[in-house]
Amino acid sequence: MTQKRPLSPHLMIYRPQLTSMMSITHRLSGVALASGSIFLVWWLVALAYGGDYYQMVQGIAEHVLGRLALLGFYVAVSYHMANGIRHLFWDFGIGLSLDGVYRGGYIVIGFTALSALAGIAILFLA
Amino acid sequence: MSKNTSAPQSLRSPLGRAKGLGSSRSGVSHWWVQRLTAMGMLPLVLYCLISFILIADADLDTARSWIRQPFNSVAMILLLAVGFYHASLGLQVVIEDYISTKTRRILSLAFTKMIMTAFAVMSIYSILLIALADGV
Repeated sequence: MTQKRPLSPHLMIYRPQLTSMMSITHRLSGVALASGSIFLVWWLVALAYGGDYYQMVQGIAEHVLGRLALLGFYVAVSYHMANGIRHLFWDFGIGLSLDGVYRGGYIVIGFTALSALAGIAILFLA
Repeated sequence: MSKNTSAPQSLRSPLGRAKGLGSSRSGVSHWWVQRLTAMGMLPLVLYCLISFILIADADLDTARSWIRQPFNSVAMILLLAVGFYHASLGLQVVIEDYISTKTRRILSLAFTKMIMTAFAVMSIYSILLIALADGV
């Protein structure tokens, strides 16, 4: 029980590849979204509560740090959703070749980058 | 007793194979529900995300009146219910992969599922309070 046995999946013994990095990023973004959803819950509770409490929470969302957190959440949604669609295609047996896996990967990264740019424009420039 | 001359192909009993449930005792249901909730969330996430962007930094009344519209209330409640279910299934896989001590794994799973359920109930209850409140 106390033996220090290696954990699976083994992440550190391979040279980083697009495929493995995108796979672990899918997990990380999923965990980040599940954790970050506490702020969505908080905002909805504040919206129901109303008054000064809503003003306070809204003030946090409009602060630079709140804005950065929102941007992070938004980018995580974009990536997790796009890469999730990639996974759904694989489940139908589409794009499972080595070429297809890389092509899908580049599409997901491209979409996430464009989405991130739009998010920066909306959250920081508007 | 009749003797089987061929070597056994598998240690699983014929009944176990017929029922199709593996060591998790739940078959492919976790995998399948993870995909179903993912597909169900796609239109909901897109709709709510775009709406949130359009009413960004809304004051209290604007945000509440968006949620009070029946279509939006239902979309939000569905998104929160399906989303937290999906999150719970996803976190379960991560915990099962990385936490190998049985006691710690069971406690982590129970804790995570409780938190996700609490988040879902808190957020959906807030939507209902806003949607069903009298006046503005």
